[in-house]
This record gives sequence, structure tokens and C-alpha cells, in this order.
Amino acid sequence: MTQMAAVGPQPDAQEIRYEQPSRLTLTGRYLRRNKSLVLGLAIVIALTLFTVIGSLTIDTEKRAYPLAVKPKQPPSAEYPLGTDFFGRDLLAVMVRGIWQTAVIGLIAGAIGTGVGVILGFLSAYYGGVVDTLIRAITEVLLPIPAFLILVIIAGSIDRKSVTIYTMALIVSLLAWMGPTRVMRAQVLTLKERLFVNVARLSGMSNLEIVFKEILPNMLPFILASFVSGVFAGIFASFGLSVLGLGPLREPLIGNTIWFAQQQAAFFNGWWWWPLWPSLALVLIFVSLTLINVGLDELANPRVRRAE
Amino acid sequence: MRLAYLVKRVLFLIAVVWVAATIVFFIPRLSARNPIRERFAEIARSTGFAPKDLEQIIAAYEVKFGLNKPLLQQYVEYMGGVLRGDLGPSLTRFPKTVLELIFSALPWTIVLLMLTTLLSFALGNLLGALASWPRSPRFVKGLMAPLMMLQAVPAYLLGLLLIFFIAFRLKLLPMGGAYSQGVTPSLTLEFILDAARHQILPAISLILASLGFWALGMRGMGITIQGEDYVNFAEHKGLHPRTIFTQYYVRNALLPQVTGLALAFGSVIVSGVLVEQLYGLPGLGGLLGDAILKNDYFVIYGITLFVILSIAILMFLVDLIYPLLDPRIRYESR
Repeated sequence: MTQMAAVGPQPDAQEIRYEQPSRLTLTGRYLRRNKSLVLGLAIVIALTLFTVIGSLTIDTEKRAYPLAVKPKQPPSAEYPLGTDFFGRDLLAVMVRGIWQTAVIGLIAGAIGTGVGVILGFLSAYYGGVVDTLIRAITEVLLPIPAFLILVIIAGSIDRKSVTIYTMALIVSLLAWMGPTRVMRAQVLTLKERLFVNVARLSGMSNLEIVFKEILPNMLPFILASFVSGVFAGIFASFGLSVLGLGPLREPLIGNTIWFAQQQAAFFNGWWWWPLWPSLALVLIFVSLTLINVGLDELANPRVRRAE
Repeated sequence: MRLAYLVKRVLFLIAVVWVAATIVFFIPRLSARNPIRERFAEIARSTGFAPKDLEQIIAAYEVKFGLNKPLLQQYVEYMGGVLRGDLGPSLTRFPKTVLELIFSALPWTIVLLMLTTLLSFALGNLLGALASWPRSPRFVKGLMAPLMMLQAVPAYLLGLLLIFFIAFRLKLLPMGGAYSQGVTPSLTLEFILDAARHQILPAISLILASLGFWALGMRGMGITIQGEDYVNFAEHKGLHPRTIFTQYYVRNALLPQVTGLALAFGSVIVSGVLVEQLYGLPGLGGLLGDAILKNDYFVIYGITLFVILSIAILMFLVDLIYPLLDPRIRYESR
């Protein structure tokens, strides 16, 4: 992060005593310029604090599941966010639901990006048959709306056995094509750079070049790809669960909205039931997008200049 | 050669549809679920009707739907059916076929998605072009940040919040449904107005969710075009700013956006499906949501395949239209 800020024409060391500010100051200065990154991170930290403090102070193991509290209560001092039709405390539901949603997103993002990095490297670095094969598969799969395939996969699984982990795995099944393409393009440009050639001439092995020369330079892209992977994972799992294909026993945010819709919550006047999960998801999606825009600026100095 | 390019494109799109159809066919067969058995279990649970010869009935249904044949033979027959435009019967609304169900739902979806996509495309591109245009008022530029945030939110969630604020709190518009209860669909002005009133909220949620995509893309294009020589030249020639904006600026920046339109169809249809399900509209999305609840497998596959096929066709159409919009492109490989 700070490396980027330090690059640039270095003044002649003898004429001007150039004092390099500390890493912390530089990072602070950069963050002041990159507002979307800061705002996005702030929302994520706030949501994390909400879940951490919530699960420490509330018995979410019990209160987030049916028949725990008095049903259909509007927000009050006792139930700050109200309770739902099935007798769940919505505050506990939100604490647990945000956590589970985050877990699904993180797993899907990690798998998608991981597979993407590996396939992208294989494809770009070795070329030939491997490249043709990986590219053909990615290109044919990309135009197919992954979500519809996910609907079929999720529908084929016995609904009672769906957990948040199977959900995360299902969502990541079709999440690797995008990252693969991005990583392949990046490796292709990086491997022709001078420093890689120098490394090769100085006798580094292929693996050493990949891990010591190329991978470190791709970190911003990998990070950005991971954040979009988390976004896409949460997006897809949300879509599946509002269709009623989620792990119905869990208080996942999408499930809560689905249950509220099934019980016609607005029609019956229980407005608080679908409202909190919707707002929480809006916060999650907006924060991830802000972080992504911020990372894009970090990784692409050209975008920075255009602003 | 242009023809060679088109043939290549067609082959590619056929490959896409074929892969999708294969995935759609095999995934459910690998699972242990039996939709017919589940259907009868559901009937037994809800009505207490449990015939003694249940196994025979299930077997008879499996013969009827061809589920007892070897998997590969079923695959070949299913693909043959898809080629003939036969997507199989509906398991829960038998004797209706999947295709009949799709075609009765299609008009609703087409009207909603076409209107919202075109409106969003026009409005978004206009806003984006204005945001990158140096002479436009400042408030247009200020619109970009909110649009970016809106773009991050799924249309389904926007729809839910719109229901809360506009239909539930302010009671301005209906909360859902395609038309008021007790009204029979007919081609009278009264009915059309009533149906249109019910489409406003779904349409707004779809437009708001996609506006940012077009606006941000267009602004990016506009910024790169700003420095182009031909724009500078047009300015020095003393052309009217409006002429420069429409003829030099928008015309050139719009081209990549049209390609984006082809790519956007997939996400438009997916969010359309979810929004229809949210508002209880009788389109493809409502049909899909219903089929998922009732385990009507053939309907689920049918809709999925139908959507993927339409996306492939739309992508091909954009390929065909593109050279008309951009005279520089001739699909010639030299």
C-alpha cells in the first residue's frame, strides 16, 4: 500500500535532505484522499462490531431461532428491533444473520479467487493446450447466467440438509470464471515485463518467478478480485435464499426476508420484520462496492489521475 | 469475411446453449430427489390422501414422463425435445406443457423488462454523458456517487424498500400483484391503467438498480473521448456545443455501451425474475418462484433453458446490429 506512494522521481539525495515520512503517516495521508475506501471499511468495521458485541451480549444460539420470544412484537425497549411471526428476536437474528452472510461471502470469495488465481496462472504462464482449454471453458460458461444454474443446483439438493457451508460451496461453484480471466490477463502482461526477464536470466526457476516476482505484483488485483468475489457470493446466496432455496433453519438475512414475504409481513403490518434485514444488506452491498472502488483506485494510478 | 465471423459466433452461442442444457439436465439427475414421490408425499401431508398402490402410481408416472429409461437415452431424448421446441410437461400443472406456461407468462416479463431496460439505458447514458461533459451543471456530477451506491444494491432489495416507503407507509401505489383483486383481465383502458399502476414500483426498482451501471460506464467513456483530437477540432471549428455533444460525444461514447447491453441481458433477466417474484407478478419470475416452491422440475429447467436461449439470441442480434451503428466495424479479418 505504502510502496505505491513512495514510487516517483526521487530527488537528488545530496542536495535536498529528503525525509521519508513514516509508513503510518503515508498510509494516513493516502486514506484521506481515498474516501470511498475509508467509508467502505468504516461500514464493514461497524457491522463487524455489531455482530461481535451482539453475539457477546445476546444469547443468539437461542433467541435467533423460532419459539424463543413473544411473536409479532413491534420494536420496543425489550426487543429493540421487534420480533417475528415465529417468535424470533430480530436483534439476535440480525447479529447471527449478518455473521452467517459474511461467512458465506468470505468462503465464496476465497474459493472463487483461489481457483481463479491458480487457473489464471496455469493458463497464462504455461500457455498451449492448457491455456486453450481453460479459456474455452471460461468463455462458454461466462454468458450463462450463473444464478439460474445455481437455482437448479440448490433445488436438487435435499432442502433439509442445506447448511450455510453447502450454500457457500454452491455459490462458489460458478464464481471462478471472472477471476480466472482477470488473473490470466494480468499474468500475461506481467510476465513480459523487464524484471521477470531479468529474474529468468539470473537463473530463477519458474516457481520462484511466480511466487517471488509475479505474485507480489498481483496482490492489489487479487485483493480486488476477492472483494468482488465476496460481493458476488453474498449477492448469489441472497438471490437463492429469497427464492426459498436457502438453509431454512438458519437466520440468514435472505431467509429472514423470504420468511417475511411468505407471511405477507407488510400486508399484515409487521413492517419491522423485512425492514432490518433489507437495510443490513444494503449496507453490506454498498460497503463492499465502496471498498472495491477504493481498491481500484489503489491498483490503477490512472483512475486516480482522472479524478 | 463477415460471414465467417457470424458463423463462428453462431457456433459459439450454440456451444453455450448446449453446455447450459447439459448442465441443466444432469445436475438434478445426480441427486437422490424424486420430484414425483415428493409431490405425492406433499399431497399426503396436506390432504391425508395416501393411496395404497402409491409405488405403482409413481412408477406409472415415471413411465409416462420417461424417467425409467437409461440416463443417456433420456438425455438424448430431452435434447431432441429441446431442439423440437418441446420442453416437456409440467409436473404439477399436467397436462399443461412447460412451453404453454412460459408463453402465457412471457408477455408480462417482456413488457416489464424491455421497458425498464430501454428507459434505464437511455436515462443512464444521458446522465453519464452529461456527468463527463465539462459544461454541464454541477448537480449532474453530484448524482454519480448516489447512482454508484444504488447500482450496488440488488433490485429486489430496492423493491422491498419501495414497497415499505411508497406502498406501505404513503399508500400511494399497490404493494404487489399484477392488477387489482376482483378485476378480470381484458383489453379495456380501465384494466390497462390498473395493470400499469401495478407495474410502476417493479419498474422503478429495476431502473434504479441498473441506472448506475450505464451512467458510470458512459462517464468513463466520455472522459476518454474528451481529449480526442476530433472533439478539440470540432470545438475550434466553432460548432455549437449541443452539436458537439450529440454528434461527436454521445455518438462515439455510446458504441461500447451497446456491447454492454448484450452482456447486461443476463443480469437484467435474473433481477427481473427476483423482482417479479417479490411483487407477485405473473411473469417468468413468478412462474419460476412458484415452480421452485412446488418442486416442478420440468418448469424450472424449461425456464432456465428458455432464458439462456433468449440471451444467446439477443447477443447474436447485437452482433448483427453493431456494424450498422459503427460504420468502422465490418467484421473483416485481414
